[in-house]
Amino acid sequence: MAANTFSGNGSFPFWREPLDAQQIPHLSTSITIFPDLCKGCGYCVEFCPAQVLATSDRLNAKGYHPPEVVKPEACTGCQFCMRVCPEYAIIVEKKLEVPT
Amino acid sequence: MGTQTVTPQAVQHPYTRYLRTDRLPHIWCPGCGIGIAMGAFLAAVDELGIPQEKVAVVSGIGCTGRVAGYVKFDSYHTTHGRPIPFATGLKIARPEMTVVVFSGDGDLVSIGGNHLIHAARRNIDLTVICVNNFNYGMTGGQMGPTTPHRARTTTTPYGNLEFPFNLPYLVAAAGAVYVARWTVLHVFHLRESIKEALQRRGFSFIEVVSPCPVGFGRPNKIGEGLEEMRFYREHALIQNGLHPKDAALSFRDRIVVGKFVDEARPSFLQVLEDHFRNASRDPSHREG
Ligand code: SF4
Ligand code: SF4
Ligand code: SF4
Repeated sequence: MAANTFSGNGSFPFWREPLDAQQIPHLSTSITIFPDLCKGCGYCVEFCPAQVLATSDRLNAKGYHPPEVVKPEACTGCQFCMRVCPEYAIIVEKKLEVPT
Repeated sequence: MGTQTVTPQAVQHPYTRYLRTDRLPHIWCPGCGIGIAMGAFLAAVDELGIPQEKVAVVSGIGCTGRVAGYVKFDSYHTTHGRPIPFATGLKIARPEMTVVVFSGDGDLVSIGGNHLIHAARRNIDLTVICVNNFNYGMTGGQMGPTTPHRARTTTTPYGNLEFPFNLPYLVAAAGAVYVARWTVLHVFHLRESIKEALQRRGFSFIEVVSPCPVGFGRPNKIGEGLEEMRFYREHALIQNGLHPKDAALSFRDRIVVGKFVDEARPSFLQVLEDHFRNASRDPSHREG
């Protein structure tokens, strides 16, 4: 079954990149959607606190419109979409990137 | 930051190891909240680190009754209304198991209502997760003992003239030591609450208010599950510590959620253990 993975670096919309951005640990997130598991309830899209997801135009095998990631960089890694999806069609992984 | 197509093995959902994936996708309707409640339970077991072989899930009949068939624990799909008696026997015979009853309001409160109150009275060491969708979803949306006053169902086309049970009040009065209610929108609170309940000795009960767009949403012109979830967002009120008598639900009005009861009282198994310990010491308890 196909899955689409999107990664965000958890950055904030700073007007410029902080000077120490390469030295401080930051959160990186990756959202994986299994479109064919989706039943189109819309919960993930509606309740994402950062409007990362949107309902896509395409139809999945069951005839529903699965979500797609439109703002991966805004994802906070809260995993609400993963927990609220009744079909377990979304996986959000997060890890703290510590610069070496 | 592009899109890449990966094989499912590359990333795994944290629930996968607790699911009988060959039986998925589950039968629940689009927008049904049972999948969310089941996920919160799996997350709670995972985060507590309870070994998979030490958990048993018992369900009755109905939409929520299907949970026992999807989880990869020792599980029992029992006769209608009877998961609590099965679970009681199981817990007494195998006290080292974490025994969870996962079933719906119709099964637990109507057909199995007497088992529920007597299990609470005994304070038997079980966690009961009761998904309340306010109707008999699987059989066609009939009215049940949790259907709100005035709500429409297929058997109350002019609105329900009866009054529903206030479940937290019922089980608290009967003797439950842990009582909480959440909606499936409160999925993180629900997970934490299930974790607490699983760690308590005695009878714990969690009511999970869940959208049923087919059985309850349609006759009441609520619309899809999403409308119901928006309603929860706007009308749910977290009131931890509220006396359960004040936690009644009414139709299309505020939904009080929270942890209402959390107290310690000797559980049935603790009493049983004490009894056997004393009996083995005291010769007068021996027969013959
Ligand atoms: S993890 Fe949170 S912020 Fe990220 S997409 Fe999901 S709901 Fe939105
Ligand atoms: S929550 Fe799950 S089933 Fe619902 S729209 Fe999102 S991906 Fe699809
Ligand atoms: S009938 Fe209601 S409770 Fe049953 S699966 Fe459908 S939405 Fe869920």
